[in-house]
Amino acid sequence: MFGFLLKRVSVIIPTFIGVTLLTFSLIRLIPGDPVELMAGERGVDPVRHARLLAEMGLDKPLLVQYWHYLTGIFHGDLGISVVTREPVIREFYTLFPATLELSFCAIVIAIVVGLPAGIIAAVRRGKGTDYTVMGLSLTGYSMPIFWWGLLLILLFSVTLGWTPVSGRISATYWVDEVTGFMLIDTLLSDEAGAFLSALHHLILPSIVLATIPLAVIARMTRSAMLEVLLEDYVLVARAKGLAMPLVVCVHALRNALIPVITVIGLQVGVLLAGAILTETIFSWPGIGKWLLDSIRRRDYPSVQGGILLVSCIVIFVNLTVDIFYGVVNPRIRHQR
Amino acid sequence: MQTLISRLLPVLLLLFCFSQAQAKTLVFCSEGSPEGFNPVFYTAGTTFDATSRNVFEGLTHFITGTTKLEPGMAESWDVSDDGKTYTFKLRKGVKFHSAPHFKPTRNMNADDVIFTFERQWKKDNPYFAISGGSYEYFNSMSMPDLLDRIEKVDDYTVRFHLKRSEAPMLANLGMDFAVIQSAEYANAMMKAGTAEKFDQWPVGTGPFVFEGYKKDAQIRYIAFKDYWKGKAPIDKLVFSITPDASVRYAKLKAGECQVMPYPNPADVAAMKADPKINLLEQEGLNVGYLAYNTKVAPFDNVKVRKALNHAMNKQAIIDTVFQGAGKAAKNPIPPTIWSYNDAVVDDAYDPAVAKKLLAEAGYPNGFEMKIWAMPVQRPYNPNARRMAEVIQADWAKVGVKAEIVSYEWGEYLKRSKDLDRDGAVLLGWTGDNGDPDNFLAVLLGCDGVGGANRAQWCYQPFEELIQKAKVVPDIKERTKLYEQAQVIFKEQAPWATIAHSVVYKPVTKNVVNFKIDPLGGHVFYGVDLK
Repeated sequence: MFGFLLKRVSVIIPTFIGVTLLTFSLIRLIPGDPVELMAGERGVDPVRHARLLAEMGLDKPLLVQYWHYLTGIFHGDLGISVVTREPVIREFYTLFPATLELSFCAIVIAIVVGLPAGIIAAVRRGKGTDYTVMGLSLTGYSMPIFWWGLLLILLFSVTLGWTPVSGRISATYWVDEVTGFMLIDTLLSDEAGAFLSALHHLILPSIVLATIPLAVIARMTRSAMLEVLLEDYVLVARAKGLAMPLVVCVHALRNALIPVITVIGLQVGVLLAGAILTETIFSWPGIGKWLLDSIRRRDYPSVQGGILLVSCIVIFVNLTVDIFYGVVNPRIRHQR
Repeated sequence: MQTLISRLLPVLLLLFCFSQAQAKTLVFCSEGSPEGFNPVFYTAGTTFDATSRNVFEGLTHFITGTTKLEPGMAESWDVSDDGKTYTFKLRKGVKFHSAPHFKPTRNMNADDVIFTFERQWKKDNPYFAISGGSYEYFNSMSMPDLLDRIEKVDDYTVRFHLKRSEAPMLANLGMDFAVIQSAEYANAMMKAGTAEKFDQWPVGTGPFVFEGYKKDAQIRYIAFKDYWKGKAPIDKLVFSITPDASVRYAKLKAGECQVMPYPNPADVAAMKADPKINLLEQEGLNVGYLAYNTKVAPFDNVKVRKALNHAMNKQAIIDTVFQGAGKAAKNPIPPTIWSYNDAVVDDAYDPAVAKKLLAEAGYPNGFEMKIWAMPVQRPYNPNARRMAEVIQADWAKVGVKAEIVSYEWGEYLKRSKDLDRDGAVLLGWTGDNGDPDNFLAVLLGCDGVGGANRAQWCYQPFEELIQKAKVVPDIKERTKLYEQAQVIFKEQAPWATIAHSVVYKPVTKNVVNFKIDPLGGHVFYGVDLK
């Protein structure tokens, strides 16, 4: 197991360096000068332009800039946002809990709904239920998130008035930030009704963000289950007279879970990417919207730092999945 | 039963009274997050709404809903005959807000005025380099070149000495970068070793006190009880940050906010028909234009420029691009600005005249050129690509083949300044202070060539008029000079003036007294809820 862990961790180092190189170079490849963007139609004279570039450290050769960026990372310094003049790391920590809370709820919905849906579709293969589940999941997978979000807002918030339109909590509450997770902070606060308001605000964005992962999980579970259900040991279990739910849940599901776990791990990256649109539609103050704004404004330190931190999270989640994989399937950790 | 009613009645009455006495909260669905909380560092309207327009005040003040000036922190002022000395009498008894980490011990005075300007101007000011020390607006208004010194005559009298006469000076002092900030607060934060806090937690003299900010989500204010003009009718003001226009509209319909900016042009018709919504509208203080490069052939020939102007069907642009929410522009300044010359006759849409002029200029078969279409949406141009296509089709009728090009916004701004730039550029401008100088000198003056003057047009008869108007203190005389300048502009046609947009502000029916600010701001003092 130790060798397996070492192998997996050693892959992280080149991945990490690759990510720093990519984020650094990609944002600079996009045309556009942060000073020009800041000045807009008003413009800025060449002397001030040069001075501002120098203040941002953008007048130095690219290699020197990259070196400063790398050394900064090792000192825990991701730089200062050129727009807000706040340390990037502080901005990230302020916004990340909102994204994490939303992503967590979305992945829970995706698993809780997607897994049973996939199992049912597999068990009832070729029947109406199968076609319905697969049809719905294909629709969910192909749905443009922006359109889907607005549609739900118009139906549930504007027409029916069941859910709030956007935000994390009603404007009437002002909850002190303790953990950054609104559900926890509202429980800790003494504002009556705040928790329910926060929960209420989570419903629509979670559903929208969960839509694609849910569809993927349902389809993957179905195909993995179909394969497993045809295995000899499942036939033996059924021949022995075991009840079908028992065969499916105890014997088949555990083996079908391996590819599903991989997909769930990969969905974390998808969730963080999907959060950009969902957060914009629902005015959710998370890192997705922040990253998008930073790219638009060519806020190099924020884009570099933000993407690096998100990548680290995705790398960590995938490492955890790899390890969990080894736990679920001993053959994997013993492979050479 | 009677006993029960008699017991319940006082409770019900009490509940009724309580609900009536509940704080009046106005929620504004703002379009974005402020870049920060000290307006001296920024140039975006979103930041000014959250700071200078509701929390702070300048020496002079634009009357809400107009571009006219009224006294602000300065009760009155005198301007010397040579226009180089401005003496301001400050208002007495003006209190600064309190913050959790600061309690003011004195009223606003001359020290605050001097600190406000010296912080942005003098490198030896202890606050100059704090928070990055980049004062874009102050610099772009050429204040360092203009100011000679600021003198404290007494606690309530300040004198500004200028290096040259500058007629728009009073309007400049009403702008967002010039709001008065507390020197006492700055000193207290410096002493506490938390100088940056001064720029993160605004303490002003305005009608609303900053209460807190949840990044990208919400900003909170409470009405300032000691405001010198009297407390605002609403008790609380909340900025609910909602970047998407469709979602802002949905929130307005659901009653989650009462005022929203920048609606989608496509939603305007539905808003007009919505019984819950009051759609306010006003002509914007802006102009959208197409600037020819007058330094490069064939646009160095005035006949070519006039021909292209005659070949452009502006009404079609208003109908298709602005969806009716605009007005064809004939002058480079909007009609809401004083000195707008309504006597100027626009180049009428007439392809025959255009062809004739092209033939006279030596281009009977037209020529090939480029139209630059902005990659972003702006109030003065909601869809530059579409606009470029309409112009392209119009010009094709007179034999001019136009190719549409576009670049990323930062690149667009940079490349369009090049002196040898190829073609004509779609761009526009929204006024800063309601002074004609802010349009004519910035966008068409000789100093702007290679910069904000995208037509690269430096025409001495025009330049002399606008330079003279800059130093003449008498507004009537200035008006005459600017009117003449507009006539010359029309004759020389460095731009095709396209449109002034109409600004829409949807508010819920219970909102009273909200006025559209022609300078693009959102001012909530005086606004009430029914």
